[in-house]
Amino acid sequence: MRKTKEPISRKTKKSKSYGGLCLTCRWTATCTFPRDPEKPVLQCEEFEGDDFKPETASKIVEKHIGEQGELISILEEIQAKYGYLPQSALQLVAEKTGRSLVDIYGVATFYSSFSLKPRGRHLCSVCMGTACHVRGAPQVTEEFERQLKINREDTTPDKEFTLTTVNCLGACALGPTVVVDGHYFPNVNTTKVSDIIKKTQDGLDKIELHTDARVFPINVSCPRCNHSMMDATYLIDGYPSIRATMSFENNHGWIRLSSLYGSFKIESEYKIPMGAVVNFFCPHCHAELLGSSNCPECGTKMVPMIVRNGGMMQICSRRGCTGHRLDLNGVNL
Amino acid sequence: MINMKINGLPVSVEEGTTLLEAAKFLGFPIPTLCFMEGLLPYGACRLCVVEIGDGPKAKLVSSCTYLAEQGLNVRTASSRVVKARKMIIELLLATCPQSKVIQDLASAQGVHQQRFRQEHDDCILCGLCVRMCEQQMMAKAIGFQGRGEKRSLGTPFNIKSEVCRLCGGCIYVCPACQLRCTYNQVENAVCNGCANLTPPCLEKEKFDDMMCYMEPCVACEIKNDKK
Repeated sequence: MRKTKEPISRKTKKSKSYGGLCLTCRWTATCTFPRDPEKPVLQCEEFEGDDFKPETASKIVEKHIGEQGELISILEEIQAKYGYLPQSALQLVAEKTGRSLVDIYGVATFYSSFSLKPRGRHLCSVCMGTACHVRGAPQVTEEFERQLKINREDTTPDKEFTLTTVNCLGACALGPTVVVDGHYFPNVNTTKVSDIIKKTQDGLDKIELHTDARVFPINVSCPRCNHSMMDATYLIDGYPSIRATMSFENNHGWIRLSSLYGSFKIESEYKIPMGAVVNFFCPHCHAELLGSSNCPECGTKMVPMIVRNGGMMQICSRRGCTGHRLDLNGVNL
Repeated sequence: MINMKINGLPVSVEEGTTLLEAAKFLGFPIPTLCFMEGLLPYGACRLCVVEIGDGPKAKLVSSCTYLAEQGLNVRTASSRVVKARKMIIELLLATCPQSKVIQDLASAQGVHQQRFRQEHDDCILCGLCVRMCEQQMMAKAIGFQGRGEKRSLGTPFNIKSEVCRLCGGCIYVCPACQLRCTYNQVENAVCNGCANLTPPCLEKEKFDDMMCYMEPCVACEIKNDKK
């Protein structure tokens, strides 16, 4: 699915550093594509902006044609590309699939995940279900409308925010609930609205490494010789890094991974292109670290390492994929 | 051939026959609104409900879409069916009180009043026009859009459709927009619809009660009751 790209060299392309963490985009909840930390803009690379190109759309149609339930897949992918369903795209889908425009329009207006109007970069949904409603969701919505200077179901002129109301998110105990790009904000009141907007503008996935309880350092060793792989002389994220040797495409050198669980920062002797599968070796016994299981996200072989206090960690061997598995024996996280 | 019972009468029909067709064959009247010969049954209006099954397993199904089954016991006018039908008609009347077709149905079923707030909508979403456009006119210019209470009828993007030939078939079959009763615009209303029926309510000072199209005229009936 993912386009193979030439590695972008840092020198030629100006890129802002987001601490190596992939920031959110509006498709976080549904995104199955490994995202590119080299390009951590708020939209993933699937997004092409508002310019509708018939060639891209026809490619999408041809990819799915003949599948069972092809129409939904086609519309979903077009929406992922443009952020909404342009009128000309629907006409093109009708022509290509031989369906009538009426049917396609009916499907596109039926599902609330499809939008016929361009949406902003951030989708902000305020829950107006019964529980949230009685606890002040209408006031929260009005506050959003006032601060964003738009009406509900509208998009700000700078295409940053789209404000919608939903009828229930199933999080009634947390109400009033607001969801921005898949992030739930519980017990929202009118004073928290500006915070939410500011946080969204700053990037919701930005993890404060030192304050976040989900981020903790781990201590690993080689599954074969049980020598520690920690390198206290080389710090990443302020903690000792995990050292290994790696090879890919005739390149053979060192690689150091952040030992913080939750940080996917790596440093290596040679630049690893995105999507390349890397072989890992123990720096002590030089055995290849090759697991038996496959990555749950992309299916590539995983690299096993023993966690010092008991347990096993496996990481995906493909650059850019954040698939991992951490089993701590009996240790409560 | 399938053997079953309709209102206690044994009948054998060919496979693929709907309950509505079987009941018509035996002469049992079932009111319909969204059913039309030449169009595929749709089951939208639920007016043609009949009761099938026995005892606690008895249930209401729409006869226009339910195919005949071996040994089925169908009741076309049980008290449950009649109650459901009357409720459906009341709801239809509330949606579209000025429709002549619905008023006639109401009068035929003995519904003289309805309890709900009148919406005066233009559409009861019966889908006749959509099926007419698709199945008879082979155009597929109009269709349903949206969902839930926002469900509506129209052309894609609500602009002039390229496939529409302006044949008027949709208007011809529409139960809501043909022959509208204009009782609430008393000044310019010449209510000649009732004149074809009995009794004409033109002699009333104002058409102060609703549904003057109904047969017999509800307004007059209510007046008579009060006397």
